[in-house]
Amino acid sequence: MVRRLPRKDVVIIGLGWTGSIMAYELADAGLDVVAIERGPWRNTVTDFPPGYAADELRFRIRHELFLRPEQTTFTFRNKMSQTALPIRSWGAFMPPNGVGGGGVHWNAETWRFLPSDFKLRTHLIERYGASFLPGDMTIQDWGVTYDDLEPRYDRFEYLCGTSGQAGNIKGKIIDGGNPFEGPRSRPYPNPPQDQPFSHTLFAKAARDLGYKPFPQPSGNMSRAYQNPLGVRLGPCSYCGFCEWFGCGNYSKASPQTTILPALIRKPNFSARDNSEVVRINLDGTGKRATGVTFVDTDGNDWEQPADLVVLSAFTIFNVQLLLLSGIGKPYDPAANAGVIGRNFSHQTVSDVVSFFDPAKFIFNPFIASGAIGMCIDEFNGDNFDHGPHGFVGGGYMGQVQTNGRPIETTPVPPGTPLWGAQWKKAVKENYLSALKPGTGVHGSMYSYRDVYVDLDPTYKDRLGRPLARITMDFHDNEIKQNKFLTDKFAEIFQAMGARQVQKQPRKPPYDVTKYQTTHLCGGAIMGTDPSTSAVNRYLQTWDVPNLFVLGASAFPQNAGYNPTGTVAALAYWAADAIREKYLRNPGQLING
Amino acid sequence: MDKGPQLALVATLLVMTGGGAMSASSQDFAAVERGRYLANAADCGSCHTIPGGRPLAGGRPIETPFGVLVSPNITPDRETGIGAWSDQEFDAALREGIRRDGKHLYPAMPYPYFARMSRQDVKDIRAYLSTVAPVHNAVVSNRLPFPLNIRAAMTAWNRLYFTPDEFHAQPSKSEEWNRGAYLVQGPGHCGACHTPKTILGGDKTSASLQGYTLQGWVAPDITSGDGPLAPWSVDDLAQYLKTGHNRFAAAAGLMGEVVDLSTSKLSDPDIKAMATYLKDINGPKPSAESSADQKVLAAGGAVYQDLCSACHKSDGKGVPNLIPDLSQAATVNTGDPTTVLRVILQGAQTVATDREPTGPAMPAFGWQLNDVQVAAVATYIRNHWGKAPPVSEDQAKKEREALQARTN
Repeated sequence: MVRRLPRKDVVIIGLGWTGSIMAYELADAGLDVVAIERGPWRNTVTDFPPGYAADELRFRIRHELFLRPEQTTFTFRNKMSQTALPIRSWGAFMPPNGVGGGGVHWNAETWRFLPSDFKLRTHLIERYGASFLPGDMTIQDWGVTYDDLEPRYDRFEYLCGTSGQAGNIKGKIIDGGNPFEGPRSRPYPNPPQDQPFSHTLFAKAARDLGYKPFPQPSGNMSRAYQNPLGVRLGPCSYCGFCEWFGCGNYSKASPQTTILPALIRKPNFSARDNSEVVRINLDGTGKRATGVTFVDTDGNDWEQPADLVVLSAFTIFNVQLLLLSGIGKPYDPAANAGVIGRNFSHQTVSDVVSFFDPAKFIFNPFIASGAIGMCIDEFNGDNFDHGPHGFVGGGYMGQVQTNGRPIETTPVPPGTPLWGAQWKKAVKENYLSALKPGTGVHGSMYSYRDVYVDLDPTYKDRLGRPLARITMDFHDNEIKQNKFLTDKFAEIFQAMGARQVQKQPRKPPYDVTKYQTTHLCGGAIMGTDPSTSAVNRYLQTWDVPNLFVLGASAFPQNAGYNPTGTVAALAYWAADAIREKYLRNPGQLING
Repeated sequence: MDKGPQLALVATLLVMTGGGAMSASSQDFAAVERGRYLANAADCGSCHTIPGGRPLAGGRPIETPFGVLVSPNITPDRETGIGAWSDQEFDAALREGIRRDGKHLYPAMPYPYFARMSRQDVKDIRAYLSTVAPVHNAVVSNRLPFPLNIRAAMTAWNRLYFTPDEFHAQPSKSEEWNRGAYLVQGPGHCGACHTPKTILGGDKTSASLQGYTLQGWVAPDITSGDGPLAPWSVDDLAQYLKTGHNRFAAAAGLMGEVVDLSTSKLSDPDIKAMATYLKDINGPKPSAESSADQKVLAAGGAVYQDLCSACHKSDGKGVPNLIPDLSQAATVNTGDPTTVLRVILQGAQTVATDREPTGPAMPAFGWQLNDVQVAAVATYIRNHWGKAPPVSEDQAKKEREALQARTN
């Protein structure tokens, strides 16, 4: 039996970064908002206090903060000709769970995309000609520009207290910052974090090679900060337990440390945790959402009617819920038609591990934070001429060593046995003098006709719903891109004086068991054409005007940066559109 | 939400049909507003509302050194609340400690402080209370054992400790100082917690505001002069009362409730006035007796660096308005380690206010540290920057047991 709850103005599905931003903005506009979250409520002191926040076994190895595959998972295959199988332990990416979502366990690398990234197809065809792009590459323009998003990037950075060095303020290039970035309206709210020895050594070598290194923009605080909502963060202690972990001392920007304290004071906001939305309900016309149905931990079904539905779950679950709710035409790769599931992408990450003379170099790798690092952006996006190289895309690269944790960060030179006395000896000898950047080369993954999400024909979740099926493989373009970038990256470590440099370029096929990043993108992409996009430039679905879909599922392809800054800027962009346009005249904001 | 207007209507009807017992001033918007403000200043809700429960419906257990009292229902319900009381009866309760049936109230109801309010003040509070939603909730207040359950004993107590007299301004002091003095001595009843008590529970007026321990918390010495609040400016104190946080300290526990329900709701000028008056209360230098063992300090320092320094920093200074400064905190460097031990063992949630919405919390370490370690780190934070008596393993053990027996 479905029990019906009192109607709300807005129901938000998923209370991570985008759900929190939208909930705050709409509650602030006076609407009655309820957020429904699949996982538990999470607080700093009760869920990741300093007493055990730095437990690598608990959080990194045993995935404390992530979705449990028993609750739901997905199936995976590389090629359309294969049979997908369900994934029972997370590998290539980490589906978040609980209040705060991925914002709890991220590294807090807070980038903006390049202006050209938002008009990618137009830009690349203008510069290189249409024939330069692989025939099955389905990249698109976003329908939104950098200038549209700049004020929203700015809001997110000031919400988070991002620590960084501006490289371009209103067109003026500033020494020490990223000269390739789009113009920003003002400096970062906080100065860059202090950089450990290996990071400054990397920057020096990069500078000597003619590059322009800069500190990675970081949501780990370089100093105490109070954001515009009045919420405070403390200075980072450089403990090196950010990614996979919640921050125990209020130093990493997260919904918990930036928005939720202000949001939960609003009497017109409420949240239900441990409640999984199973369907977005439509009226008889199929053109209007009437609310959602969710299931609680007792297995009871509840209907939450609402005038406006905001879907803000993790990328793949946004796509799955649209498919399960019958919203939008499912993508068919054979016909290259339909929109839900198309242009799915991830990231192309590789690393270089380098070994220095222990007698001369002591790097103390445990002094770290999630977003610490010195980076270069010469090989990102279209910051360089791709003509001679035969591929498109790129990424930033940097000495972004986020930790020296005892279980995972024990680099040993090639040829060392995998265990035993020799391995222990090598770990001991190299621990302080080896460098292993977390995501050293952080490359783009563009979209292709045969990389997509649909519903699995065989495997179902505990409620009998088909699992999402991912079909994904690396294409030659990304492999070429990654080889080029990894070689360039390795040159810098050579210049730093490493005595041994081990390149680990990304190789096909795409391996769902090996961690890259959690940056799944696409599947419900934004655009200007309803036949090739699921949502319009305001993230409003073309088919159901009172449904907005937030998150990286809107990215038509992934750029060479971490996505959270852009994900959040898009959430503010959509919130502004709802507040300024939709609420005045609820309906389709753009005629498709 | 949708029930609000109905309840308000019920309240209004009750007022209208209340006959001669009711005050006409509940018809007076200005009186109701003034009464609401004074009810906040008097922090009625801290005792008369169960957290999360129906406002002012009573039923909250109040620990006293003599036993547990339960706060009565002060909503306008005629049977179980104060709806049938006359204004005179209400005034007698607030300012004389006399119940409607003529029996004495126990001074857990701070009538010795409320006596400083004027008759008009009390009348206005009554006017406001007449407008809140009536709740039918019968409360048995007195659960004290014999002979303390004999309320007549209060006659003698009153002779010793109760001075029925309204506040009189001191002409030599500023208007602001006098306003602060009125709020602190009268409705604010700060001394009810912060002034040491005699064995009979009366205020030791010679040591006004020099600290007392109640309900499992230390209400610290808040005197200036040579007292522990000497480094605080008037603005520091005002910021603390208004927001719950400043560069030194954060309000949690009972004081967190006071900030939440009372001081954060007062006007900036009134808060400044309270701070101005309080800064003019001079106290003696806290005794600096300590004989902490160097080995204990070394062990405590190791625990501190491992578990505490990420937030409170190696120098103990914390983060202004976010993490308390242990080198200055009045509850740390005080003779009685009750609060220090409680917070280490159980953690503490600081108050969130409109101006400081963060509400950071201290995690519990009782599950992680044994009594020896708790005693060592408590001793360390009390002696590394300041001087306060060492804490023994036995004290840690007793506090742990006391907390386990607590229901709040």
